[in-house]
Amino acid sequence: MRMSKIVRTGANLLYPFILIFGLYVIMHGHLTPGGGFQGGAVVATAAALVIVAYSYDEVAGMLKKTAMKARESIGLLLFIGAGIAALVVGAPFFYNFLANSGLLFGMPVIPGPNPGDLNTAGVIPIMNIAVGIEVWGGLAIILLYMLSGIRKEES
Amino acid sequence: MIDMVIHTLVIAGLIASALMVFYFRDLLAAALAAGFFSFLISLEFYILQAPDVAISQAAIGAGLTTAIFIIAIRATTRYEGGQP
Repeated sequence: MRMSKIVRTGANLLYPFILIFGLYVIMHGHLTPGGGFQGGAVVATAAALVIVAYSYDEVAGMLKKTAMKARESIGLLLFIGAGIAALVVGAPFFYNFLANSGLLFGMPVIPGPNPGDLNTAGVIPIMNIAVGIEVWGGLAIILLYMLSGIRKEES
Repeated sequence: MIDMVIHTLVIAGLIASALMVFYFRDLLAAALAAGFFSFLISLEFYILQAPDVAISQAAIGAGLTTAIFIIAIRATTRYEGGQP
């Protein structure tokens, strides 16, 4: 079953917008609803759109399996690295040592109602980014392996 | 009042799309109806003020599950009850 030109054009058109929205949900995980898992699932939906619209040989040129595996591993390493880094500083495991420190994501939170400052919350945005990258790679690799199972039958 | 009307419409749409999944013989249409069911569930979560769950449900239920169903249909036959 080959998808029509309408589906392919729609997938090409929507892919960057879904990608940007998913990355926005990941990046603003500590300010707005959503977070690492939700944003990663939205980004993986963009990959799923391309995977559904094209055949395996065409998808293999766009989304590399090794790149998705690397994303999964890098996300997990970044997450556990953020936990270990707190031990290196001398605090308990997963301690939020970056909050209110003035470094990366280290600004103090403004009291009262405000639109929200992206540069707050310490380690939490870093963990959101890690989980987002990991979920992106993990869910995309599931779909890529499912699609590679029907490579022979599809002519 | 307007709240009750929206809830009733969403639940009626849920039941209608669930019946569509049951009655369609075209499996691609049935998969898309299941995706629409998932989308309505996520709308209901949003109305019940759980936007976090709504984003998860829209991405996983309406997006990825439908994609997996469509990939499975591409690997097998499109119509139910036919010859293998």
